[in-house]
Amino acid sequence: MSKYEAVIGLEVHVELKTNTKLYCGCSTAFGKEPNTQVCPVCLGLPGSTGVLNRKAVELATKAGLALNCEIETYTWFDRKNYYYPDLPKGYQISQVFRPIAHNGYLDIEVDGRNKRIHIRRAHLEEDPGKLTHSGSSITTSHSSCVDYNRSGIPLIEIVSEPEISSGAEAKAYLEKLKAILEYAGVSDVKMEQGSLRCDANVSVRPLGTSTLGTKTEIKNMNSFRAVERAIEYEIERQIEVLEDGGEIIQETRGWDENKGITVAMRNKENPDYRCFMDQEIAHIELTPEWIEGVRATLPELPDARRKRLIEEHGLPAYDAEIITSSLDLAEFFDAVYAEFPDAKTISNWIMGELLRLLNARNMELFEAKVTPKYFAKLLELIKKGTISNKIGKEVFEQMFETGQDPERIVKDKGLVQISDEGQLASILTEVIAKNPKSVADFQSGKEQALGFLVGQVMKATKGQANPGLVNSMLRKMLSQNNSG
Amino acid sequence: MELTSLPIHQLHDLMVKKEISCLELTRAYLDRISQIEERIKAFLTVTAEEALEQARKIDEQRARGEKLSPLAGIPVAVKDDICTAGIKTTCASKILYNYIPPVDATVVKKLKEAGSIIVGKSNMDEFSMGSSTENSAFYPTRNPFDYDRAPGGSSGGSAAAVAAGEAAFALGSDTGGGIRQPAAFCGVIGLKPTYGRVSRSGLISHASSLDQIGPFTSDVRDLAQILNVICGPDSQDSISAQVDVPDFTQSLTVDIKGLRIGLPREYFGVGLDSRIRAQIQEAAYKLEELGAICEEVSLPHTEYAVTAHYIISCAEASSNLARYDGVRYGLRVDTEDVLSMFKKTRAQGFGSEVKRRIMLGTLNLSAFYYDTYYSEALKVRTLNRHDFARAFEKYDCLLTPASLTTAFKLGEKAEDPLAMYQSNVCTLPANLAGLPAMSLPFGTIEGMPVGLQLIARHFDEETLLKVGYALEQINFS
Ligand SMILES: [Zn+2]
Repeated sequence: MSKYEAVIGLEVHVELKTNTKLYCGCSTAFGKEPNTQVCPVCLGLPGSTGVLNRKAVELATKAGLALNCEIETYTWFDRKNYYYPDLPKGYQISQVFRPIAHNGYLDIEVDGRNKRIHIRRAHLEEDPGKLTHSGSSITTSHSSCVDYNRSGIPLIEIVSEPEISSGAEAKAYLEKLKAILEYAGVSDVKMEQGSLRCDANVSVRPLGTSTLGTKTEIKNMNSFRAVERAIEYEIERQIEVLEDGGEIIQETRGWDENKGITVAMRNKENPDYRCFMDQEIAHIELTPEWIEGVRATLPELPDARRKRLIEEHGLPAYDAEIITSSLDLAEFFDAVYAEFPDAKTISNWIMGELLRLLNARNMELFEAKVTPKYFAKLLELIKKGTISNKIGKEVFEQMFETGQDPERIVKDKGLVQISDEGQLASILTEVIAKNPKSVADFQSGKEQALGFLVGQVMKATKGQANPGLVNSMLRKMLSQNNSG
Repeated sequence: MELTSLPIHQLHDLMVKKEISCLELTRAYLDRISQIEERIKAFLTVTAEEALEQARKIDEQRARGEKLSPLAGIPVAVKDDICTAGIKTTCASKILYNYIPPVDATVVKKLKEAGSIIVGKSNMDEFSMGSSTENSAFYPTRNPFDYDRAPGGSSGGSAAAVAAGEAAFALGSDTGGGIRQPAAFCGVIGLKPTYGRVSRSGLISHASSLDQIGPFTSDVRDLAQILNVICGPDSQDSISAQVDVPDFTQSLTVDIKGLRIGLPREYFGVGLDSRIRAQIQEAAYKLEELGAICEEVSLPHTEYAVTAHYIISCAEASSNLARYDGVRYGLRVDTEDVLSMFKKTRAQGFGSEVKRRIMLGTLNLSAFYYDTYYSEALKVRTLNRHDFARAFEKYDCLLTPASLTTAFKLGEKAEDPLAMYQSNVCTLPANLAGLPAMSLPFGTIEGMPVGLQLIARHFDEETLLKVGYALEQINFS
């Protein structure tokens, strides 16, 4: 048992799903030619004046509500002043003094324990541009290029209270946050496209004490798994420093994914952003009625959906958790259930086959070709005994790749299960004749021998024999043999 | 009479009657510019070719029998902090010495739609930081009444251009008096509309919560015509006010009977040239003769306005001017690394007054001083607003001097930034409160014009025009 406990707070930047930027009409589409989605406003040209995107305010409100926050009815933008080439105005427009949402929470579950993590605040701000260096950093490069396509893209920054205690909890928090924002339709929450980014503030303190230790800020984590690993590493590192009688330096550290360590980044002095109220963007006034209108558009959120799967469909908590962890998957489940109302079977197949193939191919659900309708049809074919469970898996792989109707795959490949006793009897007779030792073993009481014989029948029929039927026919024939 | 000394409405009549063509008019102004500009230096860029081309287009419209709008074919000077597409817009700063905006400011768009002919971009104090136009990075402008004197600032080029007949009217910007003080020094009319009344889109920011574009003219009727064109909400500027624009020419009446005019005593204290005081009192008597009621009033927090204004404007400027870093446009001093590029570009690109204010503004906003300076200044600003609000419960309009002195000599205050700032003591309270205010010439002292200032309630430019029109009639009678 460690003598220390970790205190972790996460700052998560999430790109809002708007068509246009926060203060101008430029497109937010990802992956376009550099500097093709820019205008005087997002380039910060002299004299340009921005106008607030209403949709961004709506989505930020929605995010706040989904995270159980209070929404401000009167707020505004502030400027964070600092120099960097990706920042075209020399300041970032953000909400420093009065965030649009504050005082919320989300619930996580780690190792069967529930925990509520509070959300201190969620505020609107603009993204800067993107720098590409000829070398490894701006200080060591011969030249750097700036792409302002990202400049002005609307973000919300969601700041948790420092109530997270481990890497696993941090990962669970991020997964839950991602699911909530995805369900709410606020963001695409794709870490690989930069629409979700996470920094972690980590400190440790001796168990049983209440003063906070000196914290470090961890950056450059590119996946939830990386966040978990980086935090675990940093906790260990800090404990080691303290155990050796050292002191933690308040600094920013970068996560090195390959080496699996955090490294102190070039030590910037604690910057004074000289924040003050922006005077160029109109203030935001929201009426309680409008806020309630936004609340009314919130769909069923992950926790409610999870509860429904458990209470109404009788799914185990574990299954429900996995299925509701992504909106796509939960929607897929519901669509299959509409045609094939056997929740546990669906869940087994989703968790067993569907997720296995998605993980193996490193794919997202929307990229797979299989439809809920055919998925249900496949389960129906198995239930009716038209095909065996084992053949079903084979059929599913093909459906996954091609999107074909399982009935057609079964027909084309001649995979229909053999349940004709006459047809099976001759095969069984042959297998019994070829395996006298196993027959003798079974008859002398070794039950496992029957399994071997069933396997031989399945092999001989290329898996098409109805295994249940084969099993009972074999028992019958062997007991007859014995007595005869 | 020279064409270049006629008011806009007369020029309009001459064009409508086909006594002159727009081309002739434009040539007359361009001739006047080439004749006198060397001495005045009102312009940073003269756009003669573009102006003549525009003039030909207006003449074609006239030839087709199209109706001319009141500003069609009228030559205008535009201050060099207002963006003009395809025409250099420098803010009189080295850091923007080569900057060509891709789009017109909203006001420029509106003037172009009205058919006005832009003859050039007028000189100014760099980024509007100054009160004499001596802070232009390129050259100072001279007062047309006395070449040894300053035209005022920051919009000194615009004021001088109108006073010298180099443009029939001009646009300037006013952050603390940038329109009204030079108007007073150069003997022309200058109006700072209510904050938000004219779109700020395309105005290069100095201090965003104080900046306002406004016109310079030679008479009140012209002023009304221009306000009709440039005022109004703008979807590009979210701060622009969603307030209907009246027909301002309806305010041109001497009927001011019963109008209550307050004379705030704090504007008539130490430092005011006694001869200016006498002139303003004279104006008050004349207004009373027309039936107005003039009384003394107090705006008790006026003495703190200069300091508050200085703190706020420097703070906002330090942020607004951060974008000039050499990365995207304007001056870039190439060095080995990006940080020293920022530093050297800004060190070479900005003049000393701009640097002084950026440093002060940076200090005012710093975590350590924010509460001491910036927060306190915002409180004073609120008190200042309340002073005005209280006064406007009783009075329709306030009458003050526009400046404590007539135009000072070039170089007289150039080395004393505080004295220079103090010269806006009469004008900057209206910026803090966002009120419309106007400077109007009223007599002269030793040949130099005296300016009086009228301040009205938010969005009540009409009262300014009304009182201004009455004073103008008195002046001429
Ligand atoms: Zn843009």
